[in-house]
Amino acid sequence: MQKVYSKIESISGNVITVTATGVRNKELAVVETRYGPSLAEVIRLKRDEVALQVFNGGRGVSTGDEVRFMGEPMKVSFSDNLLGRIFDGSGRPRDGGPELADTLIEIGGPSVNPARRIVPQNMVRTGIPMIDVFNSLVESQKLPIFSVSGEPYNELLARIALQAEVDIIILGGMGLKYDDYLFFKETLEKGGVLSRTVFFVHTAADPVVESLLVPDVSLAVAENFAIHGRRVLVLLTDMTNFADAMKEIAITMEQVPSNRGYPGDLYTQLASRYEKAVDFEGSGSITILGVTTMPGDDVTHPVPDNTGYITEGQFYLRNGRIEPFGSLSRLKQQVNGKTRPDHRAIMDGMIKLYAAYKESLEKKSMGFKMSDWDEKLLTYGEMFEREMMDLSVNIPLEAALDKGWEIMASCFVPEETGLKSELIDQYWTNKV
Amino acid sequence: MVSVEFTGEATMNEVCYIHSGGKRLKSEIIRINGNVADIQVFEMTTGIGVGDDVEFTGELLSVQLGPGLLGQVYDGLQNPLPKLAEECGFFLDRGVYLSALNETKVWEFTPSVEAGAKVEAGDQIGFVKEGIFNHWIMVPFQLGGVLTVKRIVAAGGYTVNDTVAEVEDEKGDLHPLTMVFNWPVKRAVKCYAERLKPSETLITKLRIIDTFIPVAKGGTYCIPGPFGAGKTVLQQVTSKNAEVDIVIIAACGERAGEVVETIKEFPELLDPKTGRSLMERTVIICNTSSMPVAAREASVYTAVSIGEYYRQMGLNVLLLADSTSRWAQAMREMSGRLEEIPGEEAFPAYLESLIAAFYERAGIVRLKNGGNGSVTIGGTVSPAGGNFEEPVTQATLKVVGAFHGLSRQRSDARKYPAIHPLESWSKYTGIIDEKKTEYGRSILFKGDEVDQMMKVVGEEGTSLDDYIIYLKSDLLDFVYVQQNSFDPVDAAVEPERQQHVYDILMDILTAKLDFAGKDEARTWFNRVRQNFLDYNGKEWKSDEFNKLEATISQLLADKKIGAEAYAEGF
Ligand SMILES: Nc1ncnc2c1ncn2[C@@H]1O[C@H](COP(=O)(O)OP(=O)(O)OP(=O)(O)O)[C@@H](O)[C@H]1O
Ligand SMILES: [Mg+2]
Repeated sequence: MQKVYSKIESISGNVITVTATGVRNKELAVVETRYGPSLAEVIRLKRDEVALQVFNGGRGVSTGDEVRFMGEPMKVSFSDNLLGRIFDGSGRPRDGGPELADTLIEIGGPSVNPARRIVPQNMVRTGIPMIDVFNSLVESQKLPIFSVSGEPYNELLARIALQAEVDIIILGGMGLKYDDYLFFKETLEKGGVLSRTVFFVHTAADPVVESLLVPDVSLAVAENFAIHGRRVLVLLTDMTNFADAMKEIAITMEQVPSNRGYPGDLYTQLASRYEKAVDFEGSGSITILGVTTMPGDDVTHPVPDNTGYITEGQFYLRNGRIEPFGSLSRLKQQVNGKTRPDHRAIMDGMIKLYAAYKESLEKKSMGFKMSDWDEKLLTYGEMFEREMMDLSVNIPLEAALDKGWEIMASCFVPEETGLKSELIDQYWTNKV
Repeated sequence: MVSVEFTGEATMNEVCYIHSGGKRLKSEIIRINGNVADIQVFEMTTGIGVGDDVEFTGELLSVQLGPGLLGQVYDGLQNPLPKLAEECGFFLDRGVYLSALNETKVWEFTPSVEAGAKVEAGDQIGFVKEGIFNHWIMVPFQLGGVLTVKRIVAAGGYTVNDTVAEVEDEKGDLHPLTMVFNWPVKRAVKCYAERLKPSETLITKLRIIDTFIPVAKGGTYCIPGPFGAGKTVLQQVTSKNAEVDIVIIAACGERAGEVVETIKEFPELLDPKTGRSLMERTVIICNTSSMPVAAREASVYTAVSIGEYYRQMGLNVLLLADSTSRWAQAMREMSGRLEEIPGEEAFPAYLESLIAAFYERAGIVRLKNGGNGSVTIGGTVSPAGGNFEEPVTQATLKVVGAFHGLSRQRSDARKYPAIHPLESWSKYTGIIDEKKTEYGRSILFKGDEVDQMMKVVGEEGTSLDDYIIYLKSDLLDFVYVQQNSFDPVDAAVEPERQQHVYDILMDILTAKLDFAGKDEARTWFNRVRQNFLDYNGKEWKSDEFNKLEATISQLLADKKIGAEAYAEGF
């Protein structure tokens, strides 16, 4: 039963209140404004005072507008008809195609019982050595790209999406620049995967609050595909916009902020989305690759900081390269023991040497005399950056490992590498 | 949070159920004001409406204590998750609460007292076999005064709910006892004779901990560190290797995937000492980050209550909580909803006292029957921005006995475990003579100084002697402080081996070495390091182990020309 109220008591930011009875928490409502209808969600009940967040924003809402309660929380249609389609943040078609209303599913549903999860074990090969060798990506992982604006993070997302062997790709865009939206569309189309992609796109031109729904809608759909046995890759860009939308609502609701204006439950809110990444026992999986832009290139900013505590690692994108320091795949050890016996040793050994290179570089920049050892490290570091780190390198894991031995052999004698003798005996390439 | 108008009485921390949409949603009273109770709901609050009925139970939030806890995987409210999965499938449906213990399993009960015996709360009246342990059936902890056993059943098979004894209290009231009872999670169990000072080292088999910053049975320690520095891995290896009877893992507001690793791995791993699966000594309390936040707050208390229960049987329990910051954040969320006056970073003003009270529940105790039992608590802390100057880290540091601080710099450089050897500290005694460990520390300290200095004056401005100290410190760091948790041998090092290897290192660290120049010194140390690394990977006392040890001794003999002045006394 739908109830209609036509007196809005207060409008503050994107939050309105009405006096109504029989309303339930998180219930959906439609506000009929003179600019068209907007979805709204109940966020607080105080006796008969109902507070709602309006997804199209409070701008232009008038006290005389009608509020229609739908009697249930937000739902989204789920079927194969979604594939190849483009929707906005609240699930309305953006591509001129028909509205979908078959099999409505709940969004923001309960979390998966940990007892029904399985340990992830399939490596997602990307052809990028900084990922495959040093921080392997794993099916069902949740992993953001940490970056500042201007870095090619969307290109990196698209490249991984095309290379990954998944059944379905879901792109959740939050505050996405229109150009970037077109870039994704074109790239996925050229790659021939558009017909198994679903877009939920909120662009920079849309009201900020509407981006709040994007992760939930994308992940609810992903979850249903996964339960039906499909391997789903969800791309979420940019989660910082999502967090900022939450901050806006929290401030309007006069919640006590915890850190730089962000609400105290930022961690919980982000976690409840990222934790949707899962490998279902006996069924499909959800892998989440996100983008978290770091305001002021500051990793201790609350959004990247809380994200880092939630996700299973992160790729630091800086100067067009994935940085070895700070980048981390926490699931790598699930897969890198089964690739090649030297994989782990190369992974740790080369990074330790690269760290030593950075120290020598610093000494050099301060004008100190370089020892033989420093000189070796400098040669090594430059080779490493050129032949491993550069994003244009696109080679399979095994070739990258071979390359690693080759680089080390051309710079060092074996015992300088800190690698175990057995591996050195097996893999050391004696180059003249 | 929900506010409820009530008639009659309400108790702080009383459990109630909201009847909404055909479901009963478990909640707890967290504030009472006049006839309004504020309650936190242990479930998602979607669909709750004004006017819904609330049922008050009169019971405080409690754990069920009895045989069958070991090997279980519970959520923060002690719902058994595998059982729940059988019932509800992939997802955690709201409003489904199952019994924590298997109610149909028959246990072989052996009485240990006779009718007429005088007993008190926490005293043993009989036992059942739970895995390798004698699981003592005890007089419920909340029964006061001296009780008289009126009746006790004969040895035989009983379920947890069968009455096994009847006791009479001082007032003459009779209490039937089963093998299970409830205990309010937020109250510490105190049915012991006295608390002792933690003095015995709790062996973790991690060199840096056992040697330099030890943990004691019945003690407390914390592991603060930025994200990705290795807190969880550290706790995972500790949970496998620590020499204790029982491990309780409280996965509090962190990733579900990490718990899954433990759930899947532990049943396959054998405890070398008992030959039984590790799962048989483990209880997992798992309230991960996407599970309801109020239950997360409860989860650490559920965990410690179970720990205290097994301590009361004379066992050594290790509770590992990951992460206490998520627990603190859960309190912050609740406090915010209650619109309490916020303290620093919006944490509630009472944060410090709650953290202190939680760690206070650790301890080694002498039981009334003369035996000892202990609960050791190790908690990770996840400081915002990796900065230890924040309320949770600071409040924790005030109360714990050891601090294992993880460093971003060390984890970035893949120096695992990334515990900072100089900044970390412990008040407990370790497995190696303190004089020797102090010497090792001083080498690390001096090496660090030389390293800092070299950054200013360069290598050429550093004397050969200083440079050698730096190389010694680097060696100690590389082959002893660092440890490879993914190497089958190096992952867990017995105390005996730690002592042996430390002595060999001491020989090198105290030696005066003869080098023509820095390059020769570096080359020699590289060679020693290489051999040591291989040595660390060999089985204790195997042929290869002995051979490498001989090689290392020979390398030292080649260059040693006496003892350093700074090594006087060794
Ligand atoms: N002892 C170790 N040996 C090798 N690798 C390690 C070790 N400790 C940590 N790592 C690496 O670092 C990653 C992160 O470690 P871990 O998950 O323990 O971090 P954390 O401190 O718990 O982070 P968070 O606060 O985000 O939970 C691991 O997945 C692993 O790749
Ligand atoms: Mg962790």
